[in-house]
Amino acid sequence: MLQHTTEAVGAHGTFHPFLLGWIVLLPLLGFLINGVLALMWWRRGPAPAGPEPSEQEAHAHGGDAHPGVEEQHPAPLDKPWTRTLPSLVAPGVVLAAFAIALVNFWGMLGAELHEPVIERYWSWMPVGSLQVDAALQLDQLSMLMTLIITGVGALIHVFSVGYMREDPGYPRYMAYLNLFIFFMLVLVLGASYPVMFVGWEGVGLCSYLLIGFWFKEQANADAGKKAFIVNRIGDAGFLIAMMLMFANLGTLSFSEVFAAAPGGLAYGGVVVTAVCLFLFLGAAGKSAQIPLYIWLPDAMAGPTPVSALIHAATMVTAGVYLVVRSSVLFTMAPTASLVVALIGALTAIFAATIGLKQWDIKKVLAYSTVSQLGFMFAAVGMGAYVAGVFHLMTHAFFKACLFLGSGAVIYAMHHALHATHNPADAQDMRNMGGLKRYLPVTFATMGIATLAIAGVPPFAGFFSKDEIIGAAWLGAGGTSPMAQATLLGIPGTAVMGFIGGTLTIAALLTAFYMGRMMLYTFFGPNRTGAEEERHLHEAGPTMTVPLVALATLSAVGGFLNVEHEVPIVGWFDFGQGAALHHWLHPVIAGSEEVVRANLGELMEPHHAWWPIVLAIVIGVGGLLLARALLNPDALRPAGVEPDYTSAPERVLYNKYWIDELYHALVVRPVNVVSQVFYRVFDRGIIDGIVDGGARMLQGIGLYTGTRVQTGQTNTYAFVIIIGVLVVLGAFTL
Amino acid sequence: MIAQTLPANAGLYLSAILFAIGVAGVMIRRNAIILFMCIELMLNAANLAFVWFSPFAGVQGQVFVFFVIAVAAAEAAVGLAIILAVFRHKETVNINEFSLLRF
Repeated sequence: MLQHTTEAVGAHGTFHPFLLGWIVLLPLLGFLINGVLALMWWRRGPAPAGPEPSEQEAHAHGGDAHPGVEEQHPAPLDKPWTRTLPSLVAPGVVLAAFAIALVNFWGMLGAELHEPVIERYWSWMPVGSLQVDAALQLDQLSMLMTLIITGVGALIHVFSVGYMREDPGYPRYMAYLNLFIFFMLVLVLGASYPVMFVGWEGVGLCSYLLIGFWFKEQANADAGKKAFIVNRIGDAGFLIAMMLMFANLGTLSFSEVFAAAPGGLAYGGVVVTAVCLFLFLGAAGKSAQIPLYIWLPDAMAGPTPVSALIHAATMVTAGVYLVVRSSVLFTMAPTASLVVALIGALTAIFAATIGLKQWDIKKVLAYSTVSQLGFMFAAVGMGAYVAGVFHLMTHAFFKACLFLGSGAVIYAMHHALHATHNPADAQDMRNMGGLKRYLPVTFATMGIATLAIAGVPPFAGFFSKDEIIGAAWLGAGGTSPMAQATLLGIPGTAVMGFIGGTLTIAALLTAFYMGRMMLYTFFGPNRTGAEEERHLHEAGPTMTVPLVALATLSAVGGFLNVEHEVPIVGWFDFGQGAALHHWLHPVIAGSEEVVRANLGELMEPHHAWWPIVLAIVIGVGGLLLARALLNPDALRPAGVEPDYTSAPERVLYNKYWIDELYHALVVRPVNVVSQVFYRVFDRGIIDGIVDGGARMLQGIGLYTGTRVQTGQTNTYAFVIIIGVLVVLGAFTL
Repeated sequence: MIAQTLPANAGLYLSAILFAIGVAGVMIRRNAIILFMCIELMLNAANLAFVWFSPFAGVQGQVFVFFVIAVAAAEAAVGLAIILAVFRHKETVNINEFSLLRF
């Protein structure tokens, strides 16, 4: 392998990346091993035709109720090593990648790099003036992302061992999961937009494969398809943005684009605004923002660890990563940035309201994820890039913990319902209740994560969410680089004031629906049924250990970035200060340069008391409000308890009928137009020309052929001789 | 020796006339046996031309004639067998009756 390693010289010495390629290659290796095992199992295993009885039974328990169903129906030809080998290989390779990432992290800590380290492997697309290398880039941002992906990813792999081991498709599941980690690492470590795009598409593929993992049920397969198609819309935007960049700057590698853009494009100009808006379209598809958020709630059809890994902690944050990575461009396009921030804020409150009235425990978390991603986009849109990444990181901790916790709940519920052959839905909160007695570890860890997401100090979410809302208030005061821009004539300060208010309400709703989820799941009387109650118990250590680890991170992750000068928050400064800000500073230095060149020095932010007090009141108040307004003791099981009781609840329960609206406005017209094209254009004109031409030739052939081919030898001889005479005549002439 | 006493192109004229008779026979006659004989006539017209040219062009022409005779003998054997088989089937050798191999 060709290697041209740039060694970067930092302030405190040189830094050599350590086995950078192996971080990416190890999960790919795991994918290959598990993939071979999956194929071998498929060839030896029971005939794939027709659903196995166990899965039909699982169907009765509702969507994500498959784990462990094989306990009473062992697959007859199952070799034990198709269970044990993936259990070792899949988490093993991710852990190894995490270890290598940690070594690199120590190296970078010592070196204090100012430039990214680029490792070039081979020339991928040498087409005319387009030169794209297969190259990886390591800088502070991709380092942080790599640590999150491999670290949280490894924990979720371990959890998956417990959650999925009994599933008939276990090796296939682990293969997809490893492949996902590979593509996600390509996404964050790629040194140019096209390499990033490879990872971008790859994670989309894995998301599709894992959402539709139990593809024998139509609904699951449809959910996968929906995610894939909605993402294509965003990907078209990403592609157009790349083409615009290449047409105007002549390059696509990160370092060259960000070096050329400030001189090559006009600040706030049409080109850079268009590039940013198209990039954001891509980000909105991947990160489930309005108007492309609809796929994420449906993606909950996949196994719960997949929801934790792909649809909460890593893949869906790729859009935020894209914006932060392109911070130079977005800073140059303040109007586009305001659009990003506004859509983020609207998504945050919109999804939060839907989350208020969902009964499926995973749906609540799904809308919560959409909402939290909205917070991140609001942050990066207002130029608070570090705040966005900070929330990305803390969200990865607490949302992964919540999803895995919900997985543990569903696992326990499913086992209990399965043992008594109860067909009730294992994911419906109306069927749970009082689970803290049976699942103490899950309750404690999910409780910590709930405090974190609600924004209760000193848990992780408090610091990151407060920084975002604080950035909005500060931006309204004029300290944001987007403050002087206008959006449709509205000044940026007003837009950011609106965003601040919206996010504050969204934060209140977040605390409320999380409190509701915890109340209905863990408090009050048990609604599972007396017989089922005896079967409720905590799962093994492969599932509880990752929960505890993630809960610990959710509790202390916020201390990584404490701004000393902010009131109250500053109390938690134990000498580390705003560590994340310093760590990520080289990444966003380019955007600060743009601000300095075009806007001069910005106002020094003045941190007031009231936003912090408000944030704490909202975080604690939302949870207390849920406790005061909702009564888990009065809740009845699903089927008895109505889905909704009032008109507003009906609107929220039906998610504002957005899916139906899209179906009427997009899907149906497209289907009608397709039908018209199919019947008129394809069947009528195209097929008409082809079939008609063939039929005409057939007719001519039949008419002349039957007359020429008489069957009389003399005729043939005559024709031959005429031919010979013609040829001879031609020679003599 | 004969060639020396005859006009220079006499053999070629004879060859052409024999070939034309053969061609005309193949096209006009309906009896398969006659047709076959006409084909033999055409082959031997060609042989005559080979032989006539051999004093000018070397011995290859005469060698070629032997090949043609050998192939013609083989062809006669196969051809007559086919005609015999068809006759057993149709009880005629009129080739106007043989028109099964058409679309």
